[in-house]
Amino acid sequence: MSELLYTPLHDLNVELGAKIVPFAGYAMPVQYPMGVMQEHIHTREKAGLFDVSHMGQVTIKGDDYASVALALEALIPVDILGLQQGRQRYGFFTNDAGGIMDDLMISNRGDYIFVVLNAACKAADIKHMKSKLNGINVTEVNDRALLALQGPCAQAVLTELNPKAANMRFMDVATLMLGDVECWVSRSGYTGEDGYEISVPAAQAVELARHLLLHADVEAIGLGARDSLRLEAGLCLYGYDIDTDSTPVKAALNWAIQKVRRNGGARAGGFPGAHVVLAEFTNGASIKRVGLKPEGRAPMREGVVLFSSAADKNPIGAITSGSFGPTIGGPIAMGYVPSAQAVEGTIVYGELRGKRLPLTVTTLPFIPANFKR
Amino acid sequence: MKFTEEHEWLREEEDVIVVGITEHATMQLGDIVFVELPEVGMTVVKDEEIVVIESVKAASDIMAPIDGEIMEVNTALTDNPGLANDDAIGDGWFFKIKPSDPSQMDGLMSEAAYNKMIS
Repeated sequence: MSELLYTPLHDLNVELGAKIVPFAGYAMPVQYPMGVMQEHIHTREKAGLFDVSHMGQVTIKGDDYASVALALEALIPVDILGLQQGRQRYGFFTNDAGGIMDDLMISNRGDYIFVVLNAACKAADIKHMKSKLNGINVTEVNDRALLALQGPCAQAVLTELNPKAANMRFMDVATLMLGDVECWVSRSGYTGEDGYEISVPAAQAVELARHLLLHADVEAIGLGARDSLRLEAGLCLYGYDIDTDSTPVKAALNWAIQKVRRNGGARAGGFPGAHVVLAEFTNGASIKRVGLKPEGRAPMREGVVLFSSAADKNPIGAITSGSFGPTIGGPIAMGYVPSAQAVEGTIVYGELRGKRLPLTVTTLPFIPANFKR
Repeated sequence: MKFTEEHEWLREEEDVIVVGITEHATMQLGDIVFVELPEVGMTVVKDEEIVVIESVKAASDIMAPIDGEIMEVNTALTDNPGLANDDAIGDGWFFKIKPSDPSQMDGLMSEAAYNKMIS
């Protein structure tokens, strides 16, 4: 294992008492002294500040927005050309089998595209884009940190630094001065709460983070709570809930592929694995990602094998993410089951420490999203 | 009180030994959300895994520190697993065991030795 990388906020994280763990090659704060449970609850009730500087920030530039968007649509099955200036959209790279190589956020920054990639995939994603996109400049932004301010108080907190933050709707992106720092701000996040993701020059990142943390409603939150927050919100974690074995339809991410890229659309297909993905839109997929609610209190985590009954010998699927949901007050999970069983209310069984325990198939998210649309 | 390398504490109480995990252990585990206790009346042998603890992030096992019979379990922990975080060496106890070989207690660590181990 090579040396760990450090985010611009590392020294501040240590100073705040974070427990630091290796994550995707970075030394990252998994929790602060408050602890995962309280950090989770604080984010749902007030506001949490997350250091997510390990994520990849990349600009994609060409002659104009349309040419860059059309080039990127050859790798990503979503409507990028139709994305309005100052708007952001969720998407994913697919491979030739329709499997998901990574998921990402794509924004229209006027004359270029800005994307945010998963830390563990960013090197491969950049290589993939550079090799497939001719005449397009793909540049990793190495001199900016990434903060997420999440929770019902996020708007009030950020508005103190710039009133324009209040005017942004869910998935808007804008360049905002926060204090005297030029930040690229999006109204989005990975918690199911209202909030912002803030790309800030590395040299000013600590100053901005300290300023936000001075606010009585803001606490530093680690990756542990980020994971339980996103699981309650029904959001996928790449490498667990989605990977190259899962297609968008299997992963129940159909909503992310706009009509214009589906059969009958003006720009239908034209992305890697389109024949597989579009056939699944028509015929359905063999398996589907669902929410799962274990009975009782015992959490069932990733890797727990699922069965149709308490006695059946043949596995039908597995849990891909599972934990205790602090806001739900009980165990929650996501996993894959055959499409016929991917129906709300279906009971399946997970094998935990040699015992078969029932889980109920549940619609996602576990908690309603709290976005400013 | 006596201690094990697995971060259990053992306290003699008349003819049984009360067993729990140390505050140091609960700090390392984080918020405990689930505890599965052994059956009362079960005969256990040293190092047998008899308790499952789940924190928000991970599952861990607690082993029987000595041979004996489980006389009582702390059912309050089943409904309120956080007791183990809040009062590790008091209300957060796990089970009471009647030792079949009381001399096994002599092989365990003193508080001073345990504190040295975790320092």
